[in-house]
Amino acid sequence: MRRDTLITEGCVSLDPFLVTLIEALVKTIVVILALLTAFAYLTLVERYVVAKIQSRIGPNRVGAIAGIAILQPIADAIKMIFKEDFWPAQADKVIYTIAPGLAVGTALLAWAVMPLHPPMDIFGYHVEFHIADVNIAVLYLLAVGSLGVYGIVLGGWGSNNKYSMLGALRSTAQMISYEVPLGLALVGVLMISGSLSLVEIVAKQSFIWNVVWQPLGFIIYFVAAVAEVNRLPFDLPEAETELVAGYQTEYSSLKFALFYMAEYINMLTVSAIAATMFLGGYQGPFGILPGVHWLILKIMFFIFLMMWMRGTLPRFRYDQLMRFGWQVLLPLALANIFITGVVILLVK
Amino acid sequence: MESIVFYLFAAIAVIAALGVVVLRNPVYSALCLAVVFVSLAALYVLLSAPFIATAQVMIYAGAILILFVFVIMLLSPGSDPLKEELKRQRPLAILFGGALVALLVLVLATTALPSPRGPYTPERIAEIGSVQAVGASLFTDFLLPFEITSLLLLVAIVGVIVLAKKGR
Repeated sequence: MRRDTLITEGCVSLDPFLVTLIEALVKTIVVILALLTAFAYLTLVERYVVAKIQSRIGPNRVGAIAGIAILQPIADAIKMIFKEDFWPAQADKVIYTIAPGLAVGTALLAWAVMPLHPPMDIFGYHVEFHIADVNIAVLYLLAVGSLGVYGIVLGGWGSNNKYSMLGALRSTAQMISYEVPLGLALVGVLMISGSLSLVEIVAKQSFIWNVVWQPLGFIIYFVAAVAEVNRLPFDLPEAETELVAGYQTEYSSLKFALFYMAEYINMLTVSAIAATMFLGGYQGPFGILPGVHWLILKIMFFIFLMMWMRGTLPRFRYDQLMRFGWQVLLPLALANIFITGVVILLVK
Repeated sequence: MESIVFYLFAAIAVIAALGVVVLRNPVYSALCLAVVFVSLAALYVLLSAPFIATAQVMIYAGAILILFVFVIMLLSPGSDPLKEELKRQRPLAILFGGALVALLVLVLATTALPSPRGPYTPERIAEIGSVQAVGASLFTDFLLPFEITSLLLLVAIVGVIVLAKKGR
């Protein structure tokens, strides 16, 4: 077998397979570090936004610069690490331990197919800013998203606490129900783009974003996504007035931090999917200066929207939540697919 | 490289499948089944069928198994291990299990492997895409079985609703 070798300036020859492996590894580490940093600072942003909505000042002590506590996340992290790691007496030790890890792991997986930046050459080496370009990326996102419920269910069951259990059951029912309109809302975009690869879908939105053709799909996706990440007004799995803290009631210390991390990374993920599928991902409006800054800006917009909703809206009742998902969102999503199909047929 | 990945995931799948049968806690069994599904999905990717792989994870691990877990959690909230209630069935189970293994070995031994290739070779799939290949065959060569299956599923859904509403 002949092996092509890559000759760099120092006349070092490298196996191309090794190069791909190292490249993927570097990208993965960078993406994970970026996400964890984003998570740490999102907790601070959320505290600020909610404080402003409720006419409070918000955190302003730890390393304050211009009244903003820049070092607050680090203080929070240190506090989390040194808290007592509590084990409920009758908890299932194995499942109680792996549940938070599963939650974070499945939350991180989705970022493997996310296109972050247009491809460019760095030091004569062509770099594409996504970990993997697969031609089933959208389905992969849905598949990984559907695994996210495992962490919550197992955490609730493993704690052996009735509030945790109720929270876990609620989240199972809710996430399975809202996955259906979530997936169907994306079908419209797939019909327009004719591709399941996120890289191609973004590339095709260089001038006009998909939201122009898919306004209904966009709204359905966002509503279902908020339900999918268990945020207000759909936060019944952790409704504090009824269930203490739902599935995470018994968790403390780093395990609690992991659940918290999973929630925020899931928020980032659904925002990134919304930005990529409907708002052109890293593409600027009318093709202005494409780059990762646009993606970050769009993700921040969705995150702010979710925080704003948290500060403003009351919680759904459980039966209302189920009825809304199955009897409003699902028919709307199906109608959206039908209309899109008819329009595509007529235009062609 | 490919064979290393294959043996890795095949081993995980077999061990997890054993776990499904051997473990006494139903929640552990369900989790092992999830591991089986995910490693099978990895094997599908190796067979250049990424669409089947994601469908496997999405439908089996993400939806059906979650419902299994849901029911298990509702029926046995504690982590009590399952009790042996079907002692008399043991000899029968051994007999039929052994017969099945013998049959499988017989079939594998008499079949010529690899079997003849169909129109969708890995090169062809790489050219047109895995999803496109599945879609094209579903809506041309296999349209009738596909539509009959969807009708069957519709009947099942209607039947479930009728049964669930009966008491009211």
